[in-house]
Amino acid sequence: MAIMVDKDTRLLIQGITGSTGSFHAKGCKDYGTRLVAGVTPGREGQKFEGSVPIFNTVEKAVAETGCNATCIFVPPPFAADAILEAIDAGIELIIAITEGIPVMDMVKVRRVLGAQQKSRLVGPNCPGVITPGACKIGIMPGHIHKPGDIGVVSRSGTLTYEAVGQLTALGIGQSTCVGIGGDPVNGTDFIDVLKLFNEDPETRGVIMIGEIGGNAEESAADYIKEHFTKPVAGFIAGRTAPPGKRMGHAGAIISGGKGTADAKMAALEAAGVKMAPTPSDMGTTMQSLLA
Amino acid sequence: MNIHEYQGKELYRKYGISCPDGIAAFSVEEAEAAASKLIGQTGSEVVVVKAQIHAGGRGKAGGVKVVKGASAARDAAQAMLGTTLVTHQTGPEGKKVERLYVEQGLGIQSELYLALVVDRDTRRIAIMASTEGGVDIEEVAEHSPEKIFRVFLDPAVGLQSYQVRQLGFGLKLNKAQLKSFGVLVSKLAELFEKEDCSLAEINPLIITEDDQVMALDAKLNFDDNAIFRHPAWNELRDPSEEAETETEAKAAGLSYIQLDGNIGCLVNGAGLAMATMDIIKHFGGEPANFLDVGGGASQEAVTKAFKIILKSDTVRGIFVNIFGGIMKCDIIANGVVAASKELGLTVPLVVRLAGTNVEEGRAILEHSGLAIHPASTMAEGAAYICRLVGEGK
Repeated sequence: MAIMVDKDTRLLIQGITGSTGSFHAKGCKDYGTRLVAGVTPGREGQKFEGSVPIFNTVEKAVAETGCNATCIFVPPPFAADAILEAIDAGIELIIAITEGIPVMDMVKVRRVLGAQQKSRLVGPNCPGVITPGACKIGIMPGHIHKPGDIGVVSRSGTLTYEAVGQLTALGIGQSTCVGIGGDPVNGTDFIDVLKLFNEDPETRGVIMIGEIGGNAEESAADYIKEHFTKPVAGFIAGRTAPPGKRMGHAGAIISGGKGTADAKMAALEAAGVKMAPTPSDMGTTMQSLLA
Repeated sequence: MNIHEYQGKELYRKYGISCPDGIAAFSVEEAEAAASKLIGQTGSEVVVVKAQIHAGGRGKAGGVKVVKGASAARDAAQAMLGTTLVTHQTGPEGKKVERLYVEQGLGIQSELYLALVVDRDTRRIAIMASTEGGVDIEEVAEHSPEKIFRVFLDPAVGLQSYQVRQLGFGLKLNKAQLKSFGVLVSKLAELFEKEDCSLAEINPLIITEDDQVMALDAKLNFDDNAIFRHPAWNELRDPSEEAETETEAKAAGLSYIQLDGNIGCLVNGAGLAMATMDIIKHFGGEPANFLDVGGGASQEAVTKAFKIILKSDTVRGIFVNIFGGIMKCDIIANGVVAASKELGLTVPLVVRLAGTNVEEGRAILEHSGLAIHPASTMAEGAAYICRLVGEGK
């Protein structure tokens, strides 16, 4: 059944009437995802694409449609509020696509998340989650994916597509692909996703894609060494990034000599992860581990 | 974004954080007048002239001068203004001094270190304090970590008194010092949260001869994502501290960073952009920039991005690497063609397109009449451009 999302997932989209929200709501629906509701305050009673009911509040959307996952396209000033509303409504899976949420807002959101057990947040600033052939929640191009048994977890959106594209070109399908996002404070980290892949009988191996900044990759390496039972191929972006410069993502910055690509690669290699020598070799590196 | 010390101290005063009296000066005359005024106010002849640049390590580089009297302050300002300071944080090219801060001199009993940061591991604001003020804190962390004390703020309740005591007793403060320290730390924590800081560092935090705790320096970084609720930040920006091209790119919604190499890169997505730099390096080339056009960029933004690369005089070849998701390959192709036709394409260009609308994108490039070298994978494209630029393996 892959992880996080499957064909039974009932999706809500928060910010469904905005230009980005409506474009990707359609993309998810066209892929076959069960899009059951949208939320835009003040638009209750309207329908998206003539069939998906829109509600004023997440609470009402849950009560009326039984949605159990939400995808957030709400602009940065209101995004933390949208996440908190989804947590309050008890939605199990909250995927925040929004880029540019202030870190102070996320510190507060994490505090609320930590005080409850029901909701999981993926993102923000991420491409979303897809179980190929079953359910796509987010902004990734669905057509490059292929159902299969390799899990992908990544801090970067387009680099995830790159890995998926390489796998599919090699004829290797994916169980679930999870973008955890490029922000310094996010909801789900590598270890959370690796734990799910470890327990998922339909996942045979994992590609893990990290980047400079923080030490989430080092922590993941410790977890892999101790607990992970499946082969892992890895890549870390930003070997050539200069220190002190934020490389696009708010979280991708080498500061005080910490968070370098070399340190992360060394930690992962020591944990038995096979590192792809270049970003063009992520697929073949995974393939070599499956032989 | 970063701001100057004098701007940081203005904010400190607004929040009631104690710091020495001081006045910003943009010329030698203003510096002398500022010194006279301070001397009149405090009754002490001692003033400090401080270069205002967005980098630490000024003291060692000659950017902080303690002088006696207004005319000595004038001389110090004369010597400092217009010079280039090279510190361990500026890089070898250094930073030009265009602004000064003239501050009252104080009798100092001891120097401490205090900083607030957003800690990624705990996802909380961390307060760090150390007895080793005035020195490089990273060295303290490496060689004597026991001298750094940390507390983490629960966002639900904020800084608590016991945490102030944990820090204060760690710093071996006496009763009067502890009280003054507690006020300063609480106000700084309030400022940090309300002003959306990503770093607030006071190095050194001083204890004066009469046991008062004061901020002798003020380094503040703001979280760029929060600018929508801080319109005042635009006035605090110092354009001379930001690379012109980077500012221009930011205005167009692009994420651009100038690097030392000669292969220009145009990529969608921050991770792929970093990976593209890495793979160029892998094939023996040197990237000239990091450029992420983002997911939803318009054709105009792509044109702008490509023009920025074309205009750079260090670029000897260009590699466009796109994996279209939300970004459509035809938009990229149209932007590249429009910019090249307008500015002329005089260096080799390798384009790798994949993903959404790839066929349309390739057709546009093919029919453009431009000398474009197509590549089907990022490795092929990177190797190709490195070879064309003459640095390939």
